[in-house]
Parts: sequence; C-alpha cells; structure tokens
Amino acid sequence: MQKLITYSLACMILLCISGAAAAQQQELIGAGATFPYPLYSKMFDVYSKEYGVKVNYQAIGSGGGIRQLINKTVGFGGSDAIMSDEDIKAAGAPVLHVPTCAGSVVITYNLPGNPGISLTPDLVADIFLGKVTKWNDPRIIAINKAAKIPNMPITVVHRSDGSGTTNIFSDYMGKVSKEWKEKVGTGTSLNWPTGLGAKGNPGVAGLVAQTPGSAGYVELIYAIQNKMPYAAIRNKKGAFVRPTLQSTSAAMNVSLPDDMKVSLTDTDAPDGYPLAGLTWILVYKEQAYQGHSEAKAKELVRLLRWMTHEGQKYAEPMQYAPLSKRTVAKAEALIESITYNGKNILK
Amino acid sequence: MKEKHLQRRIVADRLFRGLIIVLAFICMLPMFLILFFIMKNGISVINWGFLVNLPRPMGEAGGGISNALAGSGILVLIASLISIPLGILAGIYLSEYRKVRFAYFSRLSVEILQGIPSIVIGIIAYIWIVLPMGSFSALSGGVALGIMMLPVIVMSTEETLKLIPDPLKEASLALGVPYPRTILKVILPAGLSGIVTGVILGIARIGGETAPLLFTAFGSPFMSLDIFKPVNSLPLLVFNYATSPYPEWHTLAWGASFVLVVFILSLNILAKMVTRKWKVQF
Amino acid sequence: MNPTDEAGTDSQSMPAPAQARGGALPAKETTRVRSGAAYGSRTVLSEPVFKRILYLSGISLLLLLSAVFASLFIASVPAMKHHGFGFLIGMVWDPVAGRFGALPFLVGTLLTSFLALLISLVFSLAVSIFLGEYFRSGIMSSFIKTVVELLAGIPSVIYGFWGLFFFVPAVRWVELQIGVLPYGVGILTSALVLSIMIIPYSASLGREVIGLVPGDLKEAAFSLGATRFEVIRKIILPYARSGILAGVMLSLGRALGETMAVTMVIGNSNMLPKSIFSPANTMASIIANEFSEATGTIYLASLTEIALVLFVVTAVINIAGKIIIIKMSVER
Repeated sequence: MQKLITYSLACMILLCISGAAAAQQQELIGAGATFPYPLYSKMFDVYSKEYGVKVNYQAIGSGGGIRQLINKTVGFGGSDAIMSDEDIKAAGAPVLHVPTCAGSVVITYNLPGNPGISLTPDLVADIFLGKVTKWNDPRIIAINKAAKIPNMPITVVHRSDGSGTTNIFSDYMGKVSKEWKEKVGTGTSLNWPTGLGAKGNPGVAGLVAQTPGSAGYVELIYAIQNKMPYAAIRNKKGAFVRPTLQSTSAAMNVSLPDDMKVSLTDTDAPDGYPLAGLTWILVYKEQAYQGHSEAKAKELVRLLRWMTHEGQKYAEPMQYAPLSKRTVAKAEALIESITYNGKNILK
Repeated sequence: MKEKHLQRRIVADRLFRGLIIVLAFICMLPMFLILFFIMKNGISVINWGFLVNLPRPMGEAGGGISNALAGSGILVLIASLISIPLGILAGIYLSEYRKVRFAYFSRLSVEILQGIPSIVIGIIAYIWIVLPMGSFSALSGGVALGIMMLPVIVMSTEETLKLIPDPLKEASLALGVPYPRTILKVILPAGLSGIVTGVILGIARIGGETAPLLFTAFGSPFMSLDIFKPVNSLPLLVFNYATSPYPEWHTLAWGASFVLVVFILSLNILAKMVTRKWKVQF
Repeated sequence: MNPTDEAGTDSQSMPAPAQARGGALPAKETTRVRSGAAYGSRTVLSEPVFKRILYLSGISLLLLLSAVFASLFIASVPAMKHHGFGFLIGMVWDPVAGRFGALPFLVGTLLTSFLALLISLVFSLAVSIFLGEYFRSGIMSSFIKTVVELLAGIPSVIYGFWGLFFFVPAVRWVELQIGVLPYGVGILTSALVLSIMIIPYSASLGREVIGLVPGDLKEAAFSLGATRFEVIRKIILPYARSGILAGVMLSLGRALGETMAVTMVIGNSNMLPKSIFSPANTMASIIANEFSEATGTIYLASLTEIALVLFVVTAVINIAGKIIIIKMSVER
C-alpha cells in the first residue's frame, strides 16, 4: 500500500511540475534545415530574451522539417527545398513558404596550403559525379594556373540526411549538367554515385576539415566559421564569382512569384553567385488544426513577422543576405494571409 | 629426442600463457584509452558554470549542459516509473510460475525484448506516442527508455527470486501469512539486493542511450521540465556536439562525455557494492 | 477448523464453527476481529486479486512484444506491397526516383558485424581463458573482470565519439600508407569500434562455461602428462564449445543492432560497399540517418521494413543463442 502511495505521489509530482512549467511560457517547436541554423539559433536566442517566448528549433535537415510538419509534430518547418507535390498532397492543406533570408552553398575543400580555387559548373558536376577524381586533373589546372594544386585524389563529401542544401546544390547541377539530371536528379536525398555522407551542414564541414583532399558543399557560414577555403564558381554570364554577401544578394534580384517558391540557382544577374538559395519557414495557411491553439498561432505569426523585419539585422553579420525590400513585401503578404478558423490573424 | 619434444611442448605452453595474458591486457587498453581521452579533453571544461548554464547558440563560446542533465534526469524518472513496478511484478510472476507453459512464452518475450535494437524501439515510441500526441516529448522518450529498461528489471528480479530457497516462502505461508503479503513483505525484501542491483544496472543501461531519443525526445536548447515537451539529454548533446565542426563544441562534448561516463561507471560500481553489502546469504 | 485454512484468505468471511456461534459475538464478527488481530492492519489484497495482477504482468510482456511486432509490420505494409521480395536484393537506394533496395544495408550490416566478430573473437576467447582457467580468483581476476564488464557499460555514443577521434585518424593514416582513398571512416573503422563493444558479451559467457568444465576431466589429462596449453586445446575448448558459440551469438546479436557508434564512423554512403575500406551504411544507421525526414509513404514504410528485418534477425539470433545455452545445461 505504501509503495502504491509513493508511486502515485511520484507520478503526480511529475505531472505537476510539467503543468507548472507549461502554464508559464509558450514554447514554439520547429525543425528543419541546417542551412540557416546558425542564424536561426541567434535569432531565437535574441527573441526569447526580448519577448520571453521560447523557440525550440532542431536542425535535423530540410527533409526532416517537411516530414515533421506533415506529421504535425512541429509548429513550423525550416527548409531550403520547396515542398514537392507529393509532400503537399500528404500535408493535406496549403503550406506557406515564408522566406527568411538567402544564403550561398559553397564548395569547400581541404588542400595543403589552402590554395584559392575556381571551378566551372561542369567541373563541379563531374567532381561530384565521380568522373574527375584527382585534384591535378588538367581541366582544373587549366583554370587555376596560379594555384599550387597537389597530386591528390578527390574525396567527395555529401549529406547523409535529407537536406535542403543538397536540394539547392542538385537543383543547380540539374540545370548545368545533363548527365547529372539523368543520373542523379534533384531532391533532398539523392542516390550519390560517390563519396562519404555526413549529417547536417556541420557534419559535412567537419568531415571535410578532417579529410585531406576532400571536397564538399556547405552553407557559407559553416566554411567561414571553420576557416575553410571555398571555390569561386563561374556563373551564367561567364564571370568567376566568389560567394559573398553582395553576390548572394545580387542573385536574389530576380522576378519573384507571390508564393515565393523560387529557385535562385544559375542566376541571370551578372555579379550573382550561381549557387545561392532562399530558405523558408513552412507553416500551414490555416492554423486551426489538431494540437495547435489560437494562442500558439498568434505567437507563431508574431515570430514570423519579427524574423522578416527586426530579425533581419542579424543576417549580415553572419554572412547571410537579408531579404530585399521586394522580398520582405512578399513575405509580409504571405504572413498576413495566415488564418485561424478562417479569420486572418494579423490585421 | 624425447627431451626435445618435451621441451617444445613446455615452450609452447609458456608461450601460450604469455599470449593469453598479453591479449587479455590488450582488452583493457580501450577502457583506459577512452577514459584518458575523455579526461584529457574534457576536464578543462568542467566547472560549476558548465553544470548550471544552458547551451549557447552555434559558434558562441561558453555554455553548459544544465538542460541536458535535467532532461536525462526526467527521462530516467519516467522510464523508471513505467518499468520498475511492472518489471518487478512480471519478475515475480516468472519466478513463481516456473512450470507453467504460459510463463515460458512470457520469458521468451522478455528475452526477445532485451535484444531489440534501441533504434527500433525509438521507431515504436514514435508510432505509439509522438504521432498521436502531435508533438515530440519527454514522455515518448521516457516510454522508449522504459521499454528498454523493462527486460533488465524483469530478468534480474526473476534471477534473484529464483535463488531464494522455497522453505522461506513455505514457512511464511505456514505461519498464516497470506500469499500476497508473503511475496511482498517476506520474499521481496529478501531479494532486495538483487532487485536494487537490477534497477541500478537498468538505469546505467538507459542513461547512455541515444538512438531511441533521436525521434522522440528530440532535443531542446532550453531548460524544460515539462514531460509533454521536447527535452535535451546528455547522450543527445554529446552526439550533436561531437559531429559538429566546431572545436569549442567538441570540447563541450568531451566534458559532457566525462560527466556521462563518470555517472554510468559509478552506477556500475554502486551495483557491485549493493550486491556485496546487502545480499542475504542463505 | 485449522488455522492454516483461515490463513489462505483475508477478508472473506468463513462459516464459524458451531461452538463459536454460541459465543458472545456473532460468527461473522468473530472471524473479522480474528483476521484483524492476526494481521495487525487492514489487509489490502486478496490472493486471487494478487495472482491475477501477477498473471496480467506476465501477459503484458507478451502483449508488449506482439504490439511491437504488429506496429512494425503494419507500418511496413505499404512498402511490402510495393516492392515485394525484391526489396531485399535491390541494390539501389534512390529516394528521388522512388527505388528502394535494401541490399547495400544488409551487406553493410553483415560485413561490419562479422568482421567485428572475427576481431573480437580472439580477444574475448583470451579473456575467457584468462578468467576461467588461469586466474580464477584473486586481484588480477577481479580487476580484469571489472574492467571488461565496465567496457559493456560505456554508452554507444561515447564509443562513436572516441572512435571518431582515435580510430578514424589512425585508419586514415593506414589508408594513406596503403594507397587507398583516405576516408578514415568506413566498414573497417566501424568493425574495429564494434569489436571492442561486443567483447564483454562473449567473454563473460565464455568465462562461465570454461570455469564449469569438470575438474576431474582436467586432472585426468594432467595426470597423463599434458601441459596446460594442451589441456585447454584438447579438453576445455571442445567441452565448452557450445557455450562459447552461444556467447558468440549474443555478441553477434548485439553487433547487428548497434546504432550510434556505427553511424558516427561508417561514412554514410548508400552504395554497395566494394571493400572494407569503403564507406557504407548498416540497417540501423540508415534508419537513424533518414527516418525523421523520410517524406513519402513508401519511403517511410521502406525504412520501417528495414527495422522489421532488423527486429526479426536479432530476435532469431538471440533465441538461437539462448537455445544453445539451454541445450548445454540440459546435457550437463
């Protein structure tokens, strides 16, 4: 009997603590892309300090973000990949893609002496297809006459998880290489013909940093934070462009559809970096669904508004391109269309 | 001629003995290597701040593991609440009804349950709790860990109770003590050392588990005591930080590993001491 | 009425003997008062209720196992309908094209597990012989026994973490010397880490059976002039053969399902591995990598089907090991 009492007491205490904790603060749960994770974690840290609302975002990859949003186990998803038709059907309701910033996917590598390297689109494709296997391949040397390139085999590093970064990369590859389009295709999880897999942008950066002669694709900030070199890539207009804040913003200068589901790769802008991409926060347009209260929906909308306005000032210091004025306007229109039970949340 | 043959056999015998000793000692190496690595790399981070601070955003210095410690605590608590009562009762059942045909299938189930890979249990908890609930939570993580802890408790309880001689139970029944009371107040206390050992070893087993938490507890950068919300845990933190490229996070991971390993090794040693001190000899 | 009859029940009222009925208190009250006085406080459970609770606990174990199997099976049905048996021999895992073949992971799992088993066999056998024959007791024995048991207690993620910083650079150095692509990660590295993790399982069982070899068998051999080495080779090992085999099966079961340590050092490549230096994926690691983000019903169901296969395979191996142990104890 005593044991029964003690046991029930323990259970009740546990529930009480939970209840008390829950009553105190709203917590928003999101998951998805690692691409913008450094920026998001800074943004959410600041947001929780200023507004007291905790945002718990786990960087499990864009594929994970989309999946968990479909399962309605998170309140919002983060993704650098536009949801496919099959995914939208699985979600069962319209999902808004609210852009938060733009970043660049860079080709980072590990070579002795960190030489600066330029690459053409077809070279990148052939390296990641496994056709160009040595760093001192004549095609690479031809456009990098000034660089000291050793005779080393190229070890390709790609993502092992479902990734929006992979999506941006493969989207570009599909545009510039017919062989890539047929053999590998575009998506968040690919059938890679060669190479090692690592989890998340951090995983790829870590593996490249540790493996001599390796090359991988990561978001710009990961290469910068780890002091790793990255390549300049020849864009559509023929210029070799290095991924910087300016070249990323320049890539955003394209015609933008209202739903903001647009790819920035292989940009027409003359000084734009060809491997730039937008990253989005995915939310359901109609917020009244299982487990989602009106209070939570309001907090979510407030968060989105903050991220696209006041929060934008945190983008530049982290080498993410803040949204241009046109993009912010489109984002606002999307946020204002979010409804709860049919009624717009933001007036 | 015979002498040489004998010599060869004796030399072979000596060599073999030497080989066995060398190989056995090589087995010790990984243990000490791991402890050495962890201590060398992690000890620099361990300070009071480490234990009470929250993790900092990516790339920022400082930060601690307080929410991971709290999360691990909550997960272990939930898992224990689920598995200990059921486990002990099931262990009693298996030891009391040894001859019954049905108990044979129960025991088989326990043995299979014990061998299930932890990642599969994570999937089960995802299907059973996360999906219906619509959210990741400490509860789902606790349930997954509870399912893993259950066989340990059942088997150790059963083993302990089997060792208690029948005359003890029969004497109690003969004195008029009703059956439930006999079991709960006479037999269980006699086997307490074994049962407590089982609980301690069960906690040691699940305290370091990561795979089932990947899609149940989910992780969190905040301190959270709510069982219906996601929660961070020590092994998850080690996994996330270890696979990142930041040296600062690597050091934090070593520090967290240090705490984790010290915790689990102490539990194992505690279990041994409990057996030695509390074991009732018959 | 005998006191022992009353001891069997608590709050049930019993027909009091005729004599007592004639006494001061009515029969029912007598019994109740007697029950209360005999047991000191109000009793909680009656025996039938308690036995039912025990029985239910026993059932719950069976129910739990069945529920686990059922959930996995039901969740895998969409994939099973889609691929049929080709799933297990399909060589391509291509989520984009919707083609799911699990062969790379089966091969990855088998290669890492058996390689790990091979490496660990030598050491665990050595430890078993050390503890079971040469040093059965004493400080040396307790020391080695404790350390080996603690090896089993170290969490998998820490093995992976340590493997990442110890084995991977080492294997990378070896690969550079041989001239193979210096991945560092791959099947060999995972097998090395895995082998350390599974040593305790076969070592402890092996130690037990070696220690149980009857003394008179050994003494007979010694009295005929055999050296210790020969006794071990010709008497002990053959006698303990099945126990050692059982330990090996337990180790194998553990190796097959190991997730975290393997995921961190195997290289995560979905292609069929070409050599032990190739990166690969095991059934457990592909689930860990891709489960939380599998979009599309067939994709998710395929991963769950892999989990089902993993479940069945580890269950079969564990049961096989247990059967060997039981047959062994019966023989003796």
